[in-house]
Parts: sequence; structure tokens; C-alpha cells
Amino acid sequence: MDLIYTEQQQAFRAEIRDWLAANVPSERLPSFDTAEGFEAHREWERTLARGNWGMVTWPTDFGGRGCDLIEWLIFEEEYYRAGAPLRVNQNGIFLLGPTLMEYGTPEQKARFIPAMASGDEIWAQGWSEPNAGSDMAAIRCRADRDGDEFVINGQKIWSTRAVYADWVFGLFRTDPESSRHHGLSKILVPLNSEGVTVRPIPQLNGLPGFAEIFFDDVRVPAFNLLGGEGEGWRIAMATAGFERGLMLRSPARFQQASKRLVTLYREHGSDVIDPSIEAAVVRCYMDAEAYALSTYQTASKLSSGGSIGAEASCNKIFWSEMDLLIHETAMNLLGARAEIEPQTTAEFAELGTWLDGFMFAQSGPIYAGTNEIQRNIIAERMLGMPRK
Amino acid sequence: MNFNFTQDQLDFQDAISSMLRTEVTADSIRARWQNESGIDSAFMQQAHDLGLNSMLIPESLGGLGLTAVDFILLAEACGEVALPEPLVESVMVTTPSLVDILDQGLGNADVQKVIDGVLAGDVRVALGHTINPCINYADSADWFLLPDGDGVYLLPKEAVTLEAKTSVDPSRRLFSASFAASDAYLVADGEAGANLQRATLNRGALASAAQLVGLSRGMLQQSVSYTSDREQFGRAIGANQAVKHLVADVAVQVEYAKPVIYRAAYTVGVSPSRADFAVSHAKSAAGRAGLLASRHCMQVFGAMGYTWECDLQIWAKRAWALAREWGDEGFHTNRIHEWLLRKNALLGPEYTFGRGSLTDRAKAG
Repeated sequence: MDLIYTEQQQAFRAEIRDWLAANVPSERLPSFDTAEGFEAHREWERTLARGNWGMVTWPTDFGGRGCDLIEWLIFEEEYYRAGAPLRVNQNGIFLLGPTLMEYGTPEQKARFIPAMASGDEIWAQGWSEPNAGSDMAAIRCRADRDGDEFVINGQKIWSTRAVYADWVFGLFRTDPESSRHHGLSKILVPLNSEGVTVRPIPQLNGLPGFAEIFFDDVRVPAFNLLGGEGEGWRIAMATAGFERGLMLRSPARFQQASKRLVTLYREHGSDVIDPSIEAAVVRCYMDAEAYALSTYQTASKLSSGGSIGAEASCNKIFWSEMDLLIHETAMNLLGARAEIEPQTTAEFAELGTWLDGFMFAQSGPIYAGTNEIQRNIIAERMLGMPRK
Repeated sequence: MNFNFTQDQLDFQDAISSMLRTEVTADSIRARWQNESGIDSAFMQQAHDLGLNSMLIPESLGGLGLTAVDFILLAEACGEVALPEPLVESVMVTTPSLVDILDQGLGNADVQKVIDGVLAGDVRVALGHTINPCINYADSADWFLLPDGDGVYLLPKEAVTLEAKTSVDPSRRLFSASFAASDAYLVADGEAGANLQRATLNRGALASAAQLVGLSRGMLQQSVSYTSDREQFGRAIGANQAVKHLVADVAVQVEYAKPVIYRAAYTVGVSPSRADFAVSHAKSAAGRAGLLASRHCMQVFGAMGYTWECDLQIWAKRAWALAREWGDEGFHTNRIHEWLLRKNALLGPEYTFGRGSLTDRAKAG
């Protein structure tokens, strides 16, 4: 155990810090859940790609820097420190990208990864269906093989970024005779295909952050099948592993938010009459550090050839409940002013106002597998409690 | 940057854990409650033969020269079996304090003599600190390291008056200690004495934190096993989500206390008197996990959990005690609160591991 950054890691931090200082837009971009904001964020992805900062852990052939996971964490720390724009292509770079690297053919990698890295193709997710939410194995949306093509019919819902995205990846039932998690396949579908209808769903903040997608005899080439036919569930679990595990919610995000909370507390500390707020501020700061430490530990383990175990199911509960506490505490500090709070300062603009964050925090315990499902997984797979 | 334990450290943990599981059973703990000293001498001899007492003593003094990071997993393992004897405190807190005294050129001839006795396995030292009202297993100590003001005194047992107290935890043998502060026994004073006490507090809180995580894990295992066996309404009670979620909540807190404790162990190894933040974080996280484990696990045991017969009490009561020993959550939260409000506090993700993120290694300590 050596908890000191190497000179190379410190140099890496200095390099990304300098680059961000020179390149992060000075004005907060409009939300990527608006047409204008989506394109502005796409442009930012292109800027990142030009500096080879799009996805630093990817091989240099794919626009990355071949960084290890510790460097990835350093990158994220500096990224949030600089208040850089949120990643509009996070579905692609954090979720689909790693899956493509692992399961894609060389041709698929060549086709999809560079366009993903450059921001030219932004991805939406297509998992849930009206009757397949927490019970994802109940998926019914069909993809029937027809020669060199799949013909897709059905519906997906809660597809994040689908309103303005270019592509969607998701799970489809390729074996009509199958049930549950058998006979599912992971297929990549262009959202401008004939037969695709996207209906925006306004989120709690009024913006169309997700959508319903209707597929009506949509034809995609068999080339778009990722991994083997019928292998979808196994591959999806790998993606869910990335999502819950390291990539989706990097600790720096919460550390930056808890740092802002301390700043807010310093500003408002003199008019705090509820002593429990003091304890909550401390708790938030500690929990954000605990999440960071846990992630560094996982990154060290993976870097030395280990693998993520069932204990990763704890991650999602921990960060989502921490995020709620951070924002609830901020709301408590702001008191009655919280509901009319003005735009926050430009410094950390991209994280939005406390009110934006508070609203977004409500979704944390729900998406990517509700926390109730996560608790079942922890009890059954990590601890070995009886399934029935 | 590498947050892994070495293979040697993990292997040693495995070996010690399996020894502990064999030797320290609930029955053997209940047997200790009945015997005169509360000590299983054969076990203590075995622990000594495995080198535990000399682990954190420098090689120059005849020890193994290892650090808190090398011992932290063993401390957890001792907690996991609810070991009654204060082995963890002795190895991680008391002995390093004696070594500190020598390192700083303080102390008297007794210090070296006592360390030699610890190495030989025939001397036991009990340690007092102003933050704790009592000393555990004080009745079996040969020597005492006790504070008075900024002074720290090393006293033979004859110079100390003990008064027995009864703990809620039958495994704990508590005593208050009083003594006449005489220069003959003084081993550190003034700023050095205060620093020593500060370092001792951090080591003590770390030792408790590690045991609390182990205790929590022990309670989790018992709960999983009980709720898998016990049937109601024709199925195991552990199949119910309401029961699962109580247990899962504990697992989450334990999982996130662990890396915090390992950072604290690393920090204490580098500089125990400058480890306040890391240690306070570890102790409050582990204390919370321990108390939650006691509460939730007792709940899933149903009426059995409220009996003397149920072994869970051995773990739960220890967690009640350790969560408050060496500073309760309020104390440690306050230390962090003070730190967060400092003008020069280094806040933000780039400082998780101290100031070593953008400076050179030499300044990083």
C-alpha cells in the first residue's frame, strides 16, 4: 500500500489541469436536455476529442491515452474541479464503450468507437419497457432475424438522452420462443431508422431527459448485433457492472458537491439554528471521501488483475443516498430561500444550482436498478441470504 | 498510488483468521466469563508464538518492524470473533506508544525493560487515556502507561490503585486507575507528552474502528446464517425483503468503512500525531456501522436476539462499548467539523490522500 501519487501521476494531473483551464467554456452551457444545449455539449465532446481527452482509458488507436484507472480517477477529479461540462455521451463512453472493447469484433470497434470518441455519434440507452422495469428479464421488444437483418418491433421507455441522440443500444428478444433472460441480444440501432418514433418524456425539471422509443418494423443489419445472439443478458450484466461500478458516478462529482456544501455552510453557518445540519455537513464530506477511497481501492484491485465482486452492488446505494443527503442538507441550509434559489455562481456552473442537484438526486435511488433491487442483490449474492 | 494489501499481508490475515475461528469460539468466550482472569492463556501464548506482540516493534529493538497497515486486517479479524483479551490494543496502541517514547529519546530504563518483556511475552502493559473512563483488563497488567495532565507515566502495577467497574459487555473487565504522579515514573511531559497522548488517541480510535468492522462482519454472518435456517410461514425468514434489506444496510456501511480504516492505518503508520482527520473519519464510520449492525442484527434474530443464550449479545455489546470508547461519534465528528472550518483546510478530491497530489513526494507526508 502506497497512498502517494507517483511523479507521473502528478504530472498527468498538472497536464489535464492546464488543458482544462485553457479549454473549459467560461459560460455555463445550456442543459443537454435542450436541442441547443445538446449540440453545445456535442461540440465540447469534439473539443475533448481533439485534445485526446475524450476517454483517457481507451487505447491510443481509439482516441484515448491508454491510461490506467488511477489516472482515470485523477482525470475525473480535475474535470469536476474545473467545472467542465457534463458528458452528453456518457451512455456511449462509459457504458457501451467498455462493452464494445470487450465483446465487439474488430470491425465493430472500428465502426463505432471513433465516432463515439469524437462526439459524432451520441448514444441513448434502451433497457426498460413498460412492463420490464426492475424486472428487466421481462423484456418483450422483439428483434426477428431476417437474413442479414434484424426486424425490430416493440417499445422501450425511460431511454436517457434518446430525444436528441443518434443511436440507441439495448436488449431485444431475438428468440421469440424464449423467456426471461434467455434469448435476449444486445443490438445497436440508429435512431434515424425508418420506423423509429421517439416521444419525449419531460423529467421532474420539465426537460425531456428521457423518452419512449417505438419500433415499427425497424430494420438493422446483423452487423449491429453486439456479442453472440442470445448472449444479451450476460453482456448487459457486464454493462450494469460498469455502470454500478467505476464509471458512471465518479467520486469526484460527490467530492466536489460536498466541498461546495462546506462552502455554503461556511457562508450560512452563522444563521444555522439546527445543530443537526453541522453533523450532516460533516457526514456528507466524510461519505464522499469514503466513496473515493473505496473507488481507489477497487481501481487498485482491478489494475493488479483482480475483479469486481458482488460487493460492488453496495456502490449504488451508497452514492445515491449520499447525493440525496448532500442536496437535502444544502436545501436545509438555504431554508425557505431554497425553492427560489437563483442561478448558482459560474465557478461550478455545470453542476447546476442546488435545486437542480436536489431534483436530480431524487432519481439516483431509482435508475440503474432501484436501491431496493440493489439491497436484494447484496443480500442474496454478496451475503448469501435465501432467494425464496 | 496503490491501495492494495500485499499478498503476504492477505496470507497472514487468512492464517490468523482461521486460527482465531478455531480458537476463539462463543463457548470459549463464555468460558472466559467464568474464569478468574478472563484470559485464555493458551490462546495468548499461541498469539505470542505467531509473533503478534512483536509485529509493530522496530527491528532495532528486536521486533518485526511492521506498521499499522500490516496489522489492521488482523485487528479486524480479532473483532470478527469478538476476542475478549485486549490483544489489538496491546499490539496497536500500547506497544507503539512505548516505542514512541524511546524513539524520541524520552523515558527511563523501565521503558526498554518493559518492551523487552513484551517481546518475550511475559509482560503485559495496560494503557490509560483521558478520553476513556476505564481500562480494560487492567487487573492482569504488570505495567501501566497512564496520563496526568501532559505527563505520561510508566508505572509498575504496585504503584497503581484499581477499582473494578462492571461493563454491559461481560467480556470486558473494566477498572478505573489512580496513581500518585511521581517524577520517578515520568516518561514524557510537556509538548512531547501531549503529542504522545494525541498519537495514542489516534492509535486507540483506529484499533477500535478496525475491531468494530470485524464485529459487524461477525454479526452479519450470524444473521445470514440464522435467517437462512429459521422458518416462518413455511419459508426461511431471510427470504423476506424486509429482512434482507435490514441486513443489506449493514453490509453497505461495513463495505464503506473498510477503505476509510485502511487510509487511517496508512496515515497512522506515517505520522500518528497528524492523523486526526483520517482517524476520526474511520472511527465514526466504523462506530456507525457497528451500532447499525447491533441494532439490525438483533432485530432479525427476533425474540432470540433478546436472550442471554443467543451469542449475538457477545458481538452486539462489544460494539456498543467500542463505538464509544476512544471517542464517540460526537467527538470525532467535532474534530472533522473543526478541520472543515479551518481557513487553510485542503478540501476537494485532489486532497483525498493529503497534499501529495501536485507536490513532490518529499513534501507529501
